[in-house]
Amino acid sequence: MFLALLPFALVIAVYAFGSAERLAVNPNDKLLPGWTSFVDAIDRMAFQPDKRTGNYLLWTDTYASLVRLFAGVASATLFSLIFGICIGILPIMRATFAPFIAVIAMIPPLAVLPILFIVFGLGETAKIVLIAIGVAPFITRDIALRVEEIPREQIVKAETLGANSWQIITRVVLPQIWPRLIDSVRLSLGAAWLFLISAEAIASQSGLGYRIFLLRRFLAMDVILPYVAWITLLAVIIDAALRLFQKRAFPWFAGGRS
Amino acid sequence: MTTISIRDVWKEYDDQVVLERVSLEIEPHAFVLIVGASGCGKSTLLRMLLGQEQPSRGEILIDGTPLPPEPGPDRGVVFQRYSVFPHLTVRENVTLGLEFGQAPIAGRLFGGARKRAIAEAEHYIELVGLEQAMDKYPSALSGGMQQRLAIAQALITKPKVLLLDEPFGALDPGIRADMHELVIKLWQDSKMTVFMVSHDLSEAFYLGTRLITLDRRRNRPEERERYGASITHDIPITRRRENRHRGIKLAEGDVL
Repeated sequence: MFLALLPFALVIAVYAFGSAERLAVNPNDKLLPGWTSFVDAIDRMAFQPDKRTGNYLLWTDTYASLVRLFAGVASATLFSLIFGICIGILPIMRATFAPFIAVIAMIPPLAVLPILFIVFGLGETAKIVLIAIGVAPFITRDIALRVEEIPREQIVKAETLGANSWQIITRVVLPQIWPRLIDSVRLSLGAAWLFLISAEAIASQSGLGYRIFLLRRFLAMDVILPYVAWITLLAVIIDAALRLFQKRAFPWFAGGRS
Repeated sequence: MTTISIRDVWKEYDDQVVLERVSLEIEPHAFVLIVGASGCGKSTLLRMLLGQEQPSRGEILIDGTPLPPEPGPDRGVVFQRYSVFPHLTVRENVTLGLEFGQAPIAGRLFGGARKRAIAEAEHYIELVGLEQAMDKYPSALSGGMQQRLAIAQALITKPKVLLLDEPFGALDPGIRADMHELVIKLWQDSKMTVFMVSHDLSEAFYLGTRLITLDRRRNRPEERERYGASITHDIPITRRRENRHRGIKLAEGDVL
């Protein structure tokens, strides 16, 4: 535990030292603001209503970003689960779609963003679709691979117990895919954040990414750095929550891996 | 009582002949042991009985009707590994066979039907001696216990034929002897025919009422692909059965 905290403490110490050095030379330095500036900025963004809109900006930004993130990841997950299982189970689906998905996965999603803005307008849809397009090919391929990994013996065994194809999917395949789907979503969340921030930076009126890129014009490091820390914290919490859920909901999965 | 006829069955993959001219008439309630060298088609024969693979030529009849072209609940199976479902507890693993049969859409039973299914499953779990582990997941069971579970799971659909593909190959000798006693008891108490693939001749002589050996009659490298294995010995085993009924165990590796 101590060893794990050490690098964090080190980074904070280096920052504090650098910040103090710069502020000693120039008290108006904006690059490495001191702790008091951070506290002011966080207080202003999180606990004071914005003068122009009356909103508490940190919370409205967080809400806007998380809605987009969840909508994008959830739709990608639903699509990938259904499609991935079909590709994994049905040889005809695999032959038809596996190469297509492999190629689609190679398209840099950000290159498609202008198309999405043209097609869906600058509203929420384009951002959600960008996230979904960005992560769906990965999750789909991962799920298809995990389905193929289920030993053939299990499927045959289910058949000898009188299972039809539907029962095999719902009682044998799907229950074993859930925890693996959580792994897959956890791995793709990093990419999802990337696409979210990018979309917000380019065209948006709210959101964590929007705020960071807006304040960049004013070199407002006192707000940008806490925002980055906040995004990191959110990502860590979501990841930990998914891991905890996986452990609680699928005890057999952890047991099988150890 | 179930009779099985295997009539002039061949199995070929592309150009390679794996099995040729396999014909067998299996009497009701037989315990058939299939032995042979690796790659001689033992498991292929078992998979054809299972319906997982189809004969290239010839036919397999159960009680006079041709075998359906896919696995079904009248033929239970236990593989060497991966026979049980890791995401279900012992109780759920065994109940599953009843749920598949009785709930084609939901795949689950509710209320009274569920209670009855669970009670029946628990009966089979007790038969194989796993009553202490009802709520455990397979990952928490030893290899021998997992195979016990796989057997209970296969028996709950009351199959006419039980197919065992080297089920004890990965177990310790002591555990294996316990499993032999269990399998013999379950077989004696039922009407089912058992087919078991084994590497171990002493195991085969000990368990079986009939021993089938598969081998290639021609084994020169240039002939291997064109000539498959067929039955080289078909030995009825009767003299050991009295011993078995008296409960005399053979030591592991005993030469018979």
